[in-house]
Amino acid sequence: MSVAKRIVIEPVTRVEGHGKVVILLDENKKVISARLHIVEFRGFERFIQGRPFWEVPVLVQRLCGICPVSHHLAAAKAMDRIVGGENLTPTAEKIRRLMHYGQMYQSHALHFFHLASPDLLFGFDADVAIRNVIGVAGKYPALAVQAVLMRKYGQEIIKATAGKKIHGTGAIPGGVNKNLSIAERDVFLRDADQQMTWAQSAVKIAKDYTVANLAKLAPFGSFDSNHLSLVRADGAMDLYHGNLRAIDAEGKVIFDQVDYQSYVDFIAEEVRDWSYMKFPFIRSIGPEKGWYRVGPLARLNTAKFIDTPLAEAARKEFIAVTSGKPNNLTMAYHWARMIELVHAMEKIHALLNDKDLQGTDLVVKGERREVGIGLLEAPRGTLFHHYKVDKNDQVVSANLIVSTTNNNEPMNRAVAKVAQDHLQGVEITEGLLNHVEVAIRAYDPCLSCATHALGQMPMELTLVDYQGQILDRKSRG
Amino acid sequence: MNGEAANVLLYGYGNPGRGDDGLGPALAAAIEAMAMPGIDVDANYQLTVEDAAEMGRYAAVVFADAATEGPSPFWFSRIDDSSIGRLGWTSHSVSPVQVVALARDLFGSKVAAYALGIRGYAFGELDEGLSAPAKDNLGQAVAFARRALGERRFEHYAREFGHPAAGLATSGPTWKA
Repeated sequence: MSVAKRIVIEPVTRVEGHGKVVILLDENKKVISARLHIVEFRGFERFIQGRPFWEVPVLVQRLCGICPVSHHLAAAKAMDRIVGGENLTPTAEKIRRLMHYGQMYQSHALHFFHLASPDLLFGFDADVAIRNVIGVAGKYPALAVQAVLMRKYGQEIIKATAGKKIHGTGAIPGGVNKNLSIAERDVFLRDADQQMTWAQSAVKIAKDYTVANLAKLAPFGSFDSNHLSLVRADGAMDLYHGNLRAIDAEGKVIFDQVDYQSYVDFIAEEVRDWSYMKFPFIRSIGPEKGWYRVGPLARLNTAKFIDTPLAEAARKEFIAVTSGKPNNLTMAYHWARMIELVHAMEKIHALLNDKDLQGTDLVVKGERREVGIGLLEAPRGTLFHHYKVDKNDQVVSANLIVSTTNNNEPMNRAVAKVAQDHLQGVEITEGLLNHVEVAIRAYDPCLSCATHALGQMPMELTLVDYQGQILDRKSRG
Repeated sequence: MNGEAANVLLYGYGNPGRGDDGLGPALAAAIEAMAMPGIDVDANYQLTVEDAAEMGRYAAVVFADAATEGPSPFWFSRIDDSSIGRLGWTSHSVSPVQVVALARDLFGSKVAAYALGIRGYAFGELDEGLSAPAKDNLGQAVAFARRALGERRFEHYAREFGHPAAGLATSGPTWKA
């Protein structure tokens, strides 16, 4: 029987909330596996039970301070089903899409420039004292200003469409509660060309970096996987709505155009005793090999094309690297993310010129239902909201599969791969920590712990053996 | 925004769905309801990088947040960003120190920044509303904020209510009384 040692790295810095990584070694000090422990929200079902369904799109924003808009819209889509209002008016759907693309734009810009770019600009092994956005601001101030203003642009779109920053109310069951005025629209149109230019420069940075460093990046935290996302009926990328499509690592279709109202027939969730977070998998394949990736990389792989010209041109360059086959490189997430950034800005620009945004037909209702399921492609990947509502309009149950949960197994695999390649002995080195962080950041997990009271977020690394004895401890900051 | 050009920003942040983490937005809501002249009020789940772009509009900013440590009912300190180069980093939220540093480095802001830490106690799972002792602290913090914002004597109050121990905050910011 082999004796295992555990190396615990906690918490992972530069991802939201708290998490820790356990690297399991065998008696020969070889990495067996890695376990990323994430403080996922718990108690949500209890929190939501008994609430009137129309409150849910607002309440769910309290789950997370990072992506409240994604939860807001996914819940609203589920509640559209409850009120029989899933066939939205043109104004309602376009306002929601504008909100969603604003969210995608600001989130992707934030991730790339403020989270990933320090790694790319300074190198994975650079001193953490400079390998952060403050360091980027010091050495590349123009880029940093651009990044702040891109993020701000998306946030302002969210504010204009959702109504406010905290507990936005824009999306309601069956529609929206406001349109976009001409005055509001013109503010965004004024800066749209500049934003588009910046978005294109961002995708160029990501592409050039990835191509130039492909030999180094290709093995970094990489592995073959299945990929899942929503796609439009014609196979196009659609970040707001569509049907489920899953492919394997070679591009073979596992299922396609699955109505997500029946997702439970295709997706199951495995429980493991060491984690509160579940492990989703494709039923027809099973838990061992049926796990999949979601998010920008998966979406670039599953989509047959992108319906905006600049992003489509970028997609063609992206798939050329792997000769049209799915790209399974973990570090390619960043390039894929920037292609989506361009796509989101193209969509924003087109929507701003659409007069339906000033329409006044905002809400529809139809046949009342007791089950509502809403899916969308959040910045980090496919987001599932599933509710049951009783005849008294009260929520009786809820099940959420968030993007980070969908990427649970892939993140563990990525960390394990990095550990296998970079662990030396049984000591946590700065180099190992840096590489683990870089791998996790490619997925940009949302750890959901949105409490940021003064005095939290310690940065500490602990090494313990299989009996829980602390062998080493390191801290940062 | 009030009638006259505001030169002070009160920014409350935290997640109202996480118990006492909602102290910052609660204080912001209370101050906003007072419609104090020359005072802008903003609130969000957390501070983010784009907040740096707004700092240049103000002479002073007061960041209000729940505090997990330090004296009750609150402490009030000037933000010292001299240690910014040694800070760690989190992805999606930034500390007041980092916002001020980015505002300074990227936008030439010279804003004077202060932190109002309101002592909270319950920061666990999803939970609406503040704990009873946090509500008491909020009431006293609101009264203080109203006085401080009205008088604009921030340096004076930072000396009176500053809390060096708050520098133990490990997410990066270093607070200096």
